[in-house]
Amino acid sequence: MRLVVDLNRCQGFAQCVFLAPDVFSLHGDEALLFSPRFDEAQRDRVEKAAAACPVQAILVDYSDEPTLRVEPDVG
Amino acid sequence: MTPGTITAQITDYANRADPYPLYAELRKTPVRREDDGTYVVSTYEEVRSLANDPRLSNDTRNRPPGHARPGQPAEETGLPPSFIFTDPPVHDRLRDTINRPFGPPHSPRFLDGLRGELAKVVTELLDAFEGKDQVDIVEDFSYPLPVTAICKVLGVPREDEPRFHVWADALASSLDPQSGGGDESQEKAQRARQDMGAYLTDLIETKRRHPGPGILSALAPDMTPADLEATAVLLLVAGHETTVNAITNTTLTLLRHPDVLQRFLQDPGLAVPLIEEVLRYEPPVQFVPWTTALADIDVAGTTIPKGSPVWLMLAAANRDPQRFADPDRFDPDRKDNEHLGFYTGIHYCFGAPLARIELHVAVPELFRRVTFSQLLEDPPPYRANAVLRGPRHLPVAIEGLTA
Amino acid sequence: MSADADVEVLRRQGRIVVVGASLAGLRAAETLREKGFTGSLTMIGDEPYEPYDRPPLSKQALLGRARPEDTALPRRRDIDAEWRLGVAAEGLDRVAKLVRLANGATVAYDRLLITTGTRARPWIHPEEAALDGVFVLRTREDSTRLTRKLAGGVSRVLVIGAGFTGSEVASACRELGLEVTVVERGPAPLVGPLGGVIGAVADRLQRRKGVELRCGISVTALEGDDVGRLRRAHLSDGSAIDVEVAVVSLGAVRNAEWLAGSGVAAGPRGVACDAGCRVFDVNGIVTDDIYAAGDVARSPHPLFDYQFLSLEHWGNAVEQAEIAAHNMICAGPERRPHLWLPMFWSSQFGVNIKSVGVPSMGDQLVIAQGALDEERFVAVYGYHGRVIAAASFDGAKWMGFYEQQIAAGAPFPPEYRTVDRRTETLQPVDPAFPDPHLPTHGATVTLTGHSPSERRVTFVPAHA
Repeated sequence: MRLVVDLNRCQGFAQCVFLAPDVFSLHGDEALLFSPRFDEAQRDRVEKAAAACPVQAILVDYSDEPTLRVEPDVG
Repeated sequence: MTPGTITAQITDYANRADPYPLYAELRKTPVRREDDGTYVVSTYEEVRSLANDPRLSNDTRNRPPGHARPGQPAEETGLPPSFIFTDPPVHDRLRDTINRPFGPPHSPRFLDGLRGELAKVVTELLDAFEGKDQVDIVEDFSYPLPVTAICKVLGVPREDEPRFHVWADALASSLDPQSGGGDESQEKAQRARQDMGAYLTDLIETKRRHPGPGILSALAPDMTPADLEATAVLLLVAGHETTVNAITNTTLTLLRHPDVLQRFLQDPGLAVPLIEEVLRYEPPVQFVPWTTALADIDVAGTTIPKGSPVWLMLAAANRDPQRFADPDRFDPDRKDNEHLGFYTGIHYCFGAPLARIELHVAVPELFRRVTFSQLLEDPPPYRANAVLRGPRHLPVAIEGLTA
Repeated sequence: MSADADVEVLRRQGRIVVVGASLAGLRAAETLREKGFTGSLTMIGDEPYEPYDRPPLSKQALLGRARPEDTALPRRRDIDAEWRLGVAAEGLDRVAKLVRLANGATVAYDRLLITTGTRARPWIHPEEAALDGVFVLRTREDSTRLTRKLAGGVSRVLVIGAGFTGSEVASACRELGLEVTVVERGPAPLVGPLGGVIGAVADRLQRRKGVELRCGISVTALEGDDVGRLRRAHLSDGSAIDVEVAVVSLGAVRNAEWLAGSGVAAGPRGVACDAGCRVFDVNGIVTDDIYAAGDVARSPHPLFDYQFLSLEHWGNAVEQAEIAAHNMICAGPERRPHLWLPMFWSSQFGVNIKSVGVPSMGDQLVIAQGALDEERFVAVYGYHGRVIAAASFDGAKWMGFYEQQIAAGAPFPPEYRTVDRRTETLQPVDPAFPDPHLPTHGATVTLTGHSPSERRVTFVPAHA
């Protein structure tokens, strides 16, 4: 499962850090760091964090890793 | 609507149970001037934009004489205004300091660490429902949990809590523009503040000598006693009055929407979006009446002149059809729910994460264990406060309790 | 057949090819499906990875808080695409409507979207750039290699260029406890994007955090030992420093070479397109089947005198991709312009830096809120008497207000009173941008001129 935070929208309210401190953290007073990948154990917390974001800046993809139809393309 | 009576109507108790038709009326004029020069702002974009506008002050000393100055204690109490009634840089310094033992970056796991204890309190409260066919959700559930939570956060001994009950009520009603205008209420609030202050002075002194758990101990070395006292008073009041409303409003709203309740019972995961939707639909803080324009501000075709008191109507903005489709519908599936239930900008609710943790702990468990029969009074009786709006009691009939 | 009917056929069974399996490419593909495109969708990318997020590569990844390989972007929805990854596009035939791939294969399109982005500008001397210990930081692999190297015990890291990326690398290295020397040709860090007044704050910040910062000089040569490992860097002041690692952070080069000879207006400054993301040909005539979005695109913006802006910004990639996707599959009157206000962030040395608008256009600057020496402030840039940009250090919550001021063309300097205003009246100063004719490192907004495509434009491969 993956996530990305739109850090243009993010204003450092840090609600996600309170709710999922293993996935999100603050670097200094305002800069947000996040783990782009998380596992089942964090799912519930990430869901709460994303819902709580006051500027709705967190995009989460709960699907299993998509299987890419990668073509080796050795022409 | 008669001009000049808008703020009176907002605070009129007759509109407490259902203020939303009035808010819908308000939104027809997004920025409305009262005869006394107060501006009432009720649409989403305008409220949001003003809440983020550096020309708007939370320090009510910027108001011209003759206007109410909530948050400014009388000289004799000696306590400074709490941080919600200050502007940067004072605000930022205070809030950063208080945040140090409370949240990230320094203490990201402090609140998370309280989940277990709060879950235990929820279990005890619900165990006490055993054998009853009727309970008052406010007295029996919504009120005791936040009290315990805020006492744990601060490090106030639980056995002292009943004393806070009285003080907190008096202080909260002083935030209400209607009763807050009355001398008697202000005096009561002032007295409550002094009494609580005296208690806290002792407590803080004890914490200085014998540091214990909770943020008061952590803050004692870094803050002046007066600032710490003012902060503790604010957090206690906020902790008592707002989360109670949030939990009660969630319960009331679910019982009023049996279709959503049915889904929730089958899918407890619905709790997360559902709680956010309640914060939009029935926000615990309905409006912020203590801001002041520091300069002329053009908004939605109106100029708010420098010095004007400004009321930001969060609950009206949360139902703005320009922002939320079908806004009067309670819809937990709503996408992009960027509600203003906890305000926005630098004064975003300090206790929001605590309130959310309490809601996440309390709501699913309440509905998992309790089989509700019906609301016994709808609408329920509301408390007088128009800002911190919520039912005084929520009597419900229950059919049973699961372990 | 009417144009509307054409659009309907395209939406149902057209072939859309996206060159650049990037943030912009992915968001465009999602938008196409979201808006009902049911034809075939091909995603071509030169890296063997699905689209991933780059900003963490110079922050979380270097700090060891996220692995570079874990940065694959979340999907908004299924895009049902044919992925051709690990193979670069090498040429474009506009007549036959074909993209030629490096392996000789061709892919036919009805609509083409170019999202090939940028790459790190390499070190000027290729043989020095090849030394073991010389890095750039742009891709997943760059980040993996650098992270591994830093974790392996390094005595001193040299960062060449103190733009945003270089400063972020320096910050991460200090946090890892490594000794860092930053060499910057300009007078201070971040002068290109934010000017010298703010640069001076970044300068103090870096020094306070223990960076050995050497401004106003440049690295002239990197010297290796007999087994090809970096051992020393020579500087323009005649001095030299012993280093094992050098991170070259000299900005980006646009990946537009593959369009050489195709007749579209592409060159070192990017691929020129109109406000609707439609690419111009070299004669300034708009094509209707080729679109561009993201870092590689440059397009006119009304708020900035219709200058062609090229924005190396995450948010721009997303927004422009969405607009391009929308416009690709709808009829003329429904097309939308890309009028995104440039927005940027960087986190370094524990400070959150944000900007909105185009600071480098500013001819004046005031500190509207806060104070420079507290490292918490909002700086507002003016251009010809109106607000053109704002930049904040730990002041993100105020940026929305200044965004509105820029969009409204509000007068500069701001005369109104605000919270946290430190002086009664604001005294505008020169923001101290370097001479625009001199090359700068890592300016993330590039003003690329008024003309969509100079009349005699020919493709010029970018030289570092």
